[in-house]
Amino acid sequence: MRKLFVLCTAGMVMLPSVLAAETAPGDVVFGDLGAVEESLTGTAGNAEAGLEVATTRSLGNCLACHVAEGWAHMPLPGNIGPALTSVAHRYTEAELRGILINSKHMFEGTVMPSFYNVDDIIRPGDGYTGKAATSVEPLLSAQQIEDLLALLQTFDEPEEE
Amino acid sequence: MTLRAKMAAGLAMATALVFAGSAQAEPNIDPNPDVTELVINGEIPITIRAPAPDHLDGALPEIYSGWLYRDASTREMEMDDFENPAMPFVDAGIEAWNAVDGSEGKSCADCHGAIEEGMAGVRAVMPKVNEAGALWSMEDYINDCRVNRMGAEAYDWDKQPMKNITAAIAAQSRGMPVNVAIDGAAAPYWEQGREMYYTRYGKLQLSCASCHQENNNNFIRGDHLSQGQINGFPVYRLKQSALVTIHNRFYGCVRDTQAESFAKGGDELRALELYVASRGNGLSVEGPSVRP
Ligand code: HEC
Ligand code: HEC
Ligand code: HEC
Repeated sequence: MRKLFVLCTAGMVMLPSVLAAETAPGDVVFGDLGAVEESLTGTAGNAEAGLEVATTRSLGNCLACHVAEGWAHMPLPGNIGPALTSVAHRYTEAELRGILINSKHMFEGTVMPSFYNVDDIIRPGDGYTGKAATSVEPLLSAQQIEDLLALLQTFDEPEEE
Repeated sequence: MTLRAKMAAGLAMATALVFAGSAQAEPNIDPNPDVTELVINGEIPITIRAPAPDHLDGALPEIYSGWLYRDASTREMEMDDFENPAMPFVDAGIEAWNAVDGSEGKSCADCHGAIEEGMAGVRAVMPKVNEAGALWSMEDYINDCRVNRMGAEAYDWDKQPMKNITAAIAAQSRGMPVNVAIDGAAAPYWEQGREMYYTRYGKLQLSCASCHQENNNNFIRGDHLSQGQINGFPVYRLKQSALVTIHNRFYGCVRDTQAESFAKGGDELRALELYVASRGNGLSVEGPSVRP
């Protein structure tokens, strides 16, 4: 089901759906290899906002596991996953979106978290507090996924030998 | 998906594998082959590498003390009790051992004798099943003596008096091989702990194995991931300037998967403690150790 984001003012009926429609985590359509063709929001991502998401611990925290030229200014990136510096050459836009939403479709059993997913979460916590979550939200919002996608599409350095 | 797209994705994955190889350190190998030995105070040899116990069934090729993953200055602190910042707490624990407390007018030493004799080897086999068939950690045995044999108040699991005495008791077994029982009455607890070890908790969906088995020797942000062994506990963490208990460490590692964590001193973490201890059977007791 598609969720319509409508501006609701008291007494007002629904506005026409010219406003952005957002795909809920459970409604994402994955291709055979885990690619997702359709934008989650219909609004193009912003690479700068994506960098903020990638390098903030409470958000994407991608640098905990990945080296990338794009965040070389940040200290001590991890190396659990591959370097992302040239990742735009390796995957199509739809594949990258699929990896960001739920990479377990493409990489079975991977330790990479599923960033836009609410299924099969055991003992969901309220962030990093150790306390139980009151509701299970995806790790990132739909627009944050699109922002990260815009960022990864700029990671197009030539592949190293 | 079209055949072309499938082939492209397949190719992308093949390339990814090649690059993964070059970008990532190699997990699950000796983190520090140049460091050949650990001898504390020039007299207590510590086994820092050991064959993986049979029950691991090849999941780890060899087991390593967390000490091996630390930088040279942190490693050195643990080699000399005068530099080990945990040692003042051991002294405080020994003082408590000898002090009378509670309505019965007794000290630990009154029944157990000198801590050096009375507690030698005890850390190496904890946690273990008690006479009533329940799995108990070191802290449970201590509180049982305090409450039921001394008429004293139980120590809080994660507070200083308990950490002092567990550090003092651990120190009496330094150099002895960890050897927890996993069969007989311990078996169901051990199974429960193993199940937990491989469960991917929290919104990040990570298990203990995701980090400490699949990725030991890799870096997560600035942290050099170890095998998550507990032979060095309690540990003195430089970052916290404090002694840290086994359950406190477990609590934090589960919390950091964005999960609802488990109570310190609860049955779940006791079972997990038994299982994790058993992954270190063969390493030396090393506590109290020093970690960043
Ligand atoms: C807990 C570690 C971890 C985190 C956090 C993480 N990843 Fe990953 N990522 C991995 C691993 C491991 C792989 C390799 C896939 C596999 O398991 O085979 C991977 C693969 C990828 C790939 C495919 C790379 C390739 O060359 O095949 C991309 C793209 C990617 N991650 C992007 C991200 C982004 C963007 C973030 C932050 C939103 C992120 N990852 C967060 C661990 C992580
Ligand atoms: C009145 C005598 C008495 C006092 C006082 C006493 N204990 Fe005990 N303790 C025992 C007995 C009896 C046992 C169970 C028999 C055994 O296994 O040694 C025991 C068991 C233990 C064990 C488990 C040992 C093992 O190998 O299973 C620990 C640890 C322990 N005591 C610590 C302490 C500490 C610490 C104190 C002081 C805070 C203390 N005890 C005070 C009598 C005492
Ligand atoms: C997201 C990765 C991650 C997960 C998942 C994780 N840990 Fe850890 N753990 C760490 C890091 C980082 C450290 C500090 C560096 C080190 O010693 O590995 C650590 C340290 C430890 C230590 C201290 C080791 C020592 O020698 O001082 C223990 C014990 C431990 N973890 C146990 C566990 C257990 C049990 C679980 C599962 C409930 C778990 N960890 C899950 C990241 C993780």
